Amino acid sequence: MTKVRVAGVGVTAFGSHPERTSRDLFADAGLTAVEDAGVAREDVEGVYYGNFMGELSEHQGHQGPLAAEALGVQAPATRYESACASSGVALRQAVRDVRNGEADVLVVGGAERMTNLSTAGSTEALAIAADELYEVRAGVTFPGAYAMMARAYFERFGGTREDLAHVAVKNHANAVGNDRAQYQREITVEAALDSPPVADPLHLYDACPVTDGASAVVLVSEEYAESHDLDAGVAITGTGQGGDRMALQDRADVATSPAATEAAEEAYADAGVSAGDVDLAEVHDCFTIAEVLAVESLGFFEHGEGIAAARDGVTTRDGDLPVNLSGGLKAKGHPVGATGTSQVAELTKLLRGDHVNSEHVPGARVGVAHNAGGTVASAVVHVLEGIAE
Amino acid sequence: MTDDEPVRDAGFDDFLDALADGDGYYVECANGHGSLPPRRVCPECGSADLTETPLPDAGEVATYTRVHVPAPSFADDAPYVTAVVDFGPVRLTGHVLADYEDVEVGTAVEPAVGETATRGERLVVFEPR
Ligand SMILES: [Zn+2]
Repeated sequence: MTKVRVAGVGVTAFGSHPERTSRDLFADAGLTAVEDAGVAREDVEGVYYGNFMGELSEHQGHQGPLAAEALGVQAPATRYESACASSGVALRQAVRDVRNGEADVLVVGGAERMTNLSTAGSTEALAIAADELYEVRAGVTFPGAYAMMARAYFERFGGTREDLAHVAVKNHANAVGNDRAQYQREITVEAALDSPPVADPLHLYDACPVTDGASAVVLVSEEYAESHDLDAGVAITGTGQGGDRMALQDRADVATSPAATEAAEEAYADAGVSAGDVDLAEVHDCFTIAEVLAVESLGFFEHGEGIAAARDGVTTRDGDLPVNLSGGLKAKGHPVGATGTSQVAELTKLLRGDHVNSEHVPGARVGVAHNAGGTVASAVVHVLEGIAE
Repeated sequence: MTDDEPVRDAGFDDFLDALADGDGYYVECANGHGSLPPRRVCPECGSADLTETPLPDAGEVATYTRVHVPAPSFADDAPYVTAVVDFGPVRLTGHVLADYEDVEVGTAVEPAVGETATRGERLVVFEPR
């Protein structure tokens, strides 16, 4: 089994670009990644592309071939859809295909165009990641579902809106210098608490924004990297995926995210690392409560302890285990289909030392990316390791 | 099918019909797991030995929220209280017909079928006991 290296990464500016099509966004990110990798375009053997709501936001399904042609690549291309984990599952498939010798060079990424929809329209579009019959028709929105998880968490383990506000404050602070982030500004706990309610107990500043953007990474086999003398100092050493029942009502416990726990355990075992070896993480904080569930599922904290991690400074950039140094979904933005590979792109830059926040993690070797779909009915976790040259 | 005649979702709409008539049920497998229709096997254990079992008359709020920013289909309903209600073998999601301040985890409610204010569409509702 060959090893997998990240040869190049590319991410568009995340933000409000309502007029830009997914194909143009992906061209921007993908061409940057191919150039960063230094691979010949004709060596690309496939394009694995995540997209969630193309049919609803731009009346465009079947986006795989458009993704390949946007890069000028003559290779088969497939679109992957697992809600907010779309490019995460695309990445997992690509990692396995390179490992198994099916391909030496693959482009993996995703794109989402969202802000061309009204707030009501994007609320409706995001809701299709939930169970249409038993949740959406009962009025469950995406924030509403996470609000019910937050309520269940508070009820079982304790915690306050102020604890959650510290997650948002931390991630905004991390995004200040990240020129790809949607919100490059700090917020205060008071502002978060005073923001308007979206779905109690979650308020506007608990939620990630609606974002247009794309991301891409170029994966190569170790042999290809060596024979082509590529500067590919980051390896993907672990991959894991977990699943759960789709609707919250069908889960015995909605105060935890067992699918992510499953994904993390598989990814750690695959990489031969444990939670204690991890130096930094990018986690799926679509809502502040989601980061809490994530850091517990990743094994960094016991259940009930993750709520205090940001408040106590453990996961801030100067803490023992920085989480979401990119700004996270909260401040970097969440172009749904692009999020999974954007996390890996940010982690790669953090590990190889050319990220604006690399200075906060000198000597970091092991990073983890956690990408969740819906209310974590899908979860995918990847372990990245810097290769000592 | 015509444009103005909505097509039913078999299983789901039958379930709502029964609930509206006061004859709510859930799907029970040979091993006692509960689920909601349509099912051909139990999602927990795969058992194909399924029976329709009466839904308990009342359940308890397991978790809830008040939605302020709705989808277009609930534009005129917002703000509204949505809850997951635990009936023991199954849980069900719907609108609680009560003020947010009067709902807690553990509040006892009875299930019924109501209509949305926005489009008059059927939905599961819960009335406090
Ligand atoms: Zn069963």
